[in-house]
Amino acid sequence: MSKNSLKQTALGGIFNNPVFVLVLGMCPTIAQSRDVISALGLGCATAVVLVFSNLAISLLRKVIPDKVRLPAYIVIIATFVTIVQMVMSGFLPDLYASVSKFIPLIVVNCIILGRAESFASKNGVLESVVDGLSMGIGFIASMCLLGAIRQGLGMLGLKIFVQPIGGFMVLGFIMALFNFVMHLYHRRKKTLMEA
Amino acid sequence: MWVTVISIVISGIITDNIIFSQTLGICPFLGVSKKLDSAVGMGLAVTFVIVLSSIVCHYLYMLLELLSITYLQTILFILIIAALVQLLDIVLKKASPSLYTSLGVYLALITTNCAVLGTANTVVQNGYGLLETFVSALSVGLGFTLALILMAGVREKVGRSAIPKPFQGFPIALIIAGILAMAFYGFSNFSLF
Repeated sequence: MSKNSLKQTALGGIFNNPVFVLVLGMCPTIAQSRDVISALGLGCATAVVLVFSNLAISLLRKVIPDKVRLPAYIVIIATFVTIVQMVMSGFLPDLYASVSKFIPLIVVNCIILGRAESFASKNGVLESVVDGLSMGIGFIASMCLLGAIRQGLGMLGLKIFVQPIGGFMVLGFIMALFNFVMHLYHRRKKTLMEA
Repeated sequence: MWVTVISIVISGIITDNIIFSQTLGICPFLGVSKKLDSAVGMGLAVTFVIVLSSIVCHYLYMLLELLSITYLQTILFILIIAALVQLLDIVLKKASPSLYTSLGVYLALITTNCAVLGTANTVVQNGYGLLETFVSALSVGLGFTLALILMAGVREKVGRSAIPKPFQGFPIALIIAGILAMAFYGFSNFSLF
């Protein structure tokens, strides 16, 4: 594993941002970004599951037969989700109460299964953990950004932005902005390369 | 009795619409809503899986409670759903190959549609009986189909107009969904009785 590709994996959270670029895990993103605290809570729970499932799947990648890999991944992910659910309800009951509906739904968050299938099943343990961390942080950051914007607009009196409507709208506009910035970045890189 | 059933139907389809008010099942909603006929097919396939899996999970949860191992809920529910989707995959491949190809990868992805697991969890949590489970799952599925059809209708028109480049694809779809959600928001706090 070269240093360069490890760096690329570590930056995956930005250039392959799970929310804005890969468009995965939309449901919890829209539903739980009403305010910063629940965005952070669900983001962290998802990131923890992501890191551990990437770790376990890359450790087991040579053991799991190819034909039954998807059910096997889902069982591994569901196990970690159940652990997170128990830990959270035991130690952080207040936070758990506000995100309880979406914790079991981490199992069906496409980010986790997506990374398992496209990364952890093909790469070593260290890379998979780095990928999980980077994607997890990318997810937390996007959730918190959305949460901050929606909560801020809600506090300004635009209560409608706390509703799902705001989730759809704000996410749509940020995604467009992200596309625009990425477009500028790539164009600039291209002109620098040519110069 | 009928009052409960009717109120479950109305809240499932309109006031608590799975997409616009609970924001579950957004991935297939954004992915398969480009054409009207595949939207209808997807909606009905998801409805079928939601109804079957909710009923099976309803009985499974009773068994788990009896054995007091309810902490296995998440793992077992998702396995049941995955098995049902596999079944649907086999049946559709034989029964309707054209629908099968138009749904493509999204058929297998019904497993990871959070509307399915979300409904199974809600039904179990609310302690519904068999009839209520059936009606509630059916109306959630129909609400999902309705949302998909509305969205596909709008997107077929929008696809023909000039959209600024950064907004093409998902951003414009999300903004349309926001506007549709605004219409559904008008129904919230609406009750018949």
